[in-house]
Amino acid sequence: MISFEALLTHLLNGLAYGLLLFLLAAGLSLIFGMMDVINLSHGSFFMIGGFIGIGLVGVLESFWLALLATVLIVALLGLVVEVALLRPLYYRSHLDQILLTFGLALILEDGAEWIWGTRIQSLRVPEALTGSVEIFGAVVPVYRLAVLAAGVLLGAALWYVLERTRLGSIIRAGVADREMTAALGFNIPVIFAGVFVFGVALAAFAGFMAAPILGVYPGLDFQVLILALIIVVIGGLGSLTGAFWVSLLIGVTQSFGQAYFPAAAAFILYLIMAAVLLLRPEGLFKRRYA
Amino acid sequence: MVEATKPGEKAGRFPVRAGTLAVLGALGALAVYPFFGTTYMIGVLTEIMILAIFALSLGFLMGYPKLISLGHAAFFGGGAYAAGIVAVRLEAANLFLTLVCALVFATLLAVLIGVLSLRNTGIYFLMITLALAQLVYVVAEQWTWLTGGTDGLVGIPYPELFGFFSFDRFSFYYLVLLLAGGAYFLLRLVTRSPFGHVLLGIGSNERRMRAIGYGTRVYKLAAFVLSGAVAGVAGALWAHYNGIVAPVDVNWPLSATALIMVIVGGAGTLVGPMLGAAVVWFLDTGLSSYTERSTMIMGAVFILFVFFARGGIAGIARSLWERFYARTGT
Repeated sequence: MISFEALLTHLLNGLAYGLLLFLLAAGLSLIFGMMDVINLSHGSFFMIGGFIGIGLVGVLESFWLALLATVLIVALLGLVVEVALLRPLYYRSHLDQILLTFGLALILEDGAEWIWGTRIQSLRVPEALTGSVEIFGAVVPVYRLAVLAAGVLLGAALWYVLERTRLGSIIRAGVADREMTAALGFNIPVIFAGVFVFGVALAAFAGFMAAPILGVYPGLDFQVLILALIIVVIGGLGSLTGAFWVSLLIGVTQSFGQAYFPAAAAFILYLIMAAVLLLRPEGLFKRRYA
Repeated sequence: MVEATKPGEKAGRFPVRAGTLAVLGALGALAVYPFFGTTYMIGVLTEIMILAIFALSLGFLMGYPKLISLGHAAFFGGGAYAAGIVAVRLEAANLFLTLVCALVFATLLAVLIGVLSLRNTGIYFLMITLALAQLVYVVAEQWTWLTGGTDGLVGIPYPELFGFFSFDRFSFYYLVLLLAGGAYFLLRLVTRSPFGHVLLGIGSNERRMRAIGYGTRVYKLAAFVLSGAVAGVAGALWAHYNGIVAPVDVNWPLSATALIMVIVGGAGTLVGPMLGAAVVWFLDTGLSSYTERSTMIMGAVFILFVFFARGGIAGIARSLWERFYARTGT
């Protein structure tokens, strides 16, 4: 008999996992919406965020400082990639840029293996977030709740910035019509770089927060990249709302699936995707930002 | 981007003819090689030729209707599993049986994946082929009693012919050579047929082709299925050659490797991807005995090609030829 408490535990774990996936997919979707480029090295930044985070926690001896430093370092790396590698290809076909991010992903994965080895590394949860609490009789690790809270807060902030601020409306305008936005006097290369760096920083944040839960290892990058791709395909490419709901759905499905039908867990994911493709090839949610 | 056939364009005709000569020369050299070569090198060449068939199938898809699939390992691995299952589970390693089963299975798979993924274009197509191919991977990994699960399907013998001939390393080399040459000339025939010209038209401007009155989706599906079938045959050979089929043969890094082969070799030609297969083999497997960082080197080479030589090796060869032709000139 499956108890209500166990169900609640799996639900909360799944939601936390789903929100981490959302942070990853949101960056992917935003970059695509803006630059028409699927960043195939997005998962690499997630993985590198985890690796650098583990290293920095050891050095700085503070979870929070390390989190901040990790996001900044990876964002800087993203800036270098955008300016040095993607920018020279702006006037070529988008395929060239996608191929470039793919080559980059190969290099980053092998580089990570070179620096950090193939062993799975894990990050210790900070003192303040250890242990677990009981919610309606269900035992939930405090850290998962913190991830939930962080994901909800960031998601809300993202929505607010995009929908309610001047910066957001410039970005949405750039997504809808790049040439026109440039003609209005906005500096497109700066906006592009900004969106790319922001998306990469989100991925690094998610990777850092996920490190205590998933562990970090070379190969994680492509694993989460494929999940993020599936999310944006199901949700509708360029739709943040779509990415949000589908991330939660997939997080919860994976969590329940792994607990109760481990053999079918991976299937369910792909079956959902195949069904969506068959019935609504453009994704579940209408494209909003593109 | 380099195009294979441009009727009426003078400078373009010579490299094509040169390409054909190069292919015939290479086939001839490969045919006599085993009489001098070492057993090790015969194995290496067999492996490269199988991968070349695989790269050729993707190159056809990427060069003519310009469909960029990142899930081509599904057909290669699908064919490999079909052949392996027939050979091991049914204990029938008859060449025709395993090849036909691989061909049929890969074809069906390509119809299924093609119908689903060709509803979208461009980047969507790339992502959807990737995700659907991963579904095939999950099936191969989870359906343990049939596929052997993560351990793979082991003990696949070299094929035999109705009990009176069994292939060995030497004769298998020739079988692969025959099929590689056959696949090349088949696709060459296809790309030069009216059908192939329609595919090329779709690749350069699909909307215009539709306006002229072509049902482009059917053409694209046909090209996709043909490409999948060829990849399936390569997979069957791969299974016989390695003696094992494992989930890694359906997994996406293999699709990615094929994509790299096509880009490095040169999309838009048929010879290019096959050359690309050889180059990538040396970068990947060849270098891995000297350095652990072969993936990184491959990634860097790939990026260099994307940046500076988008036409691949075939493109470089062509522009060298044209420069030479212009100097000796008419």
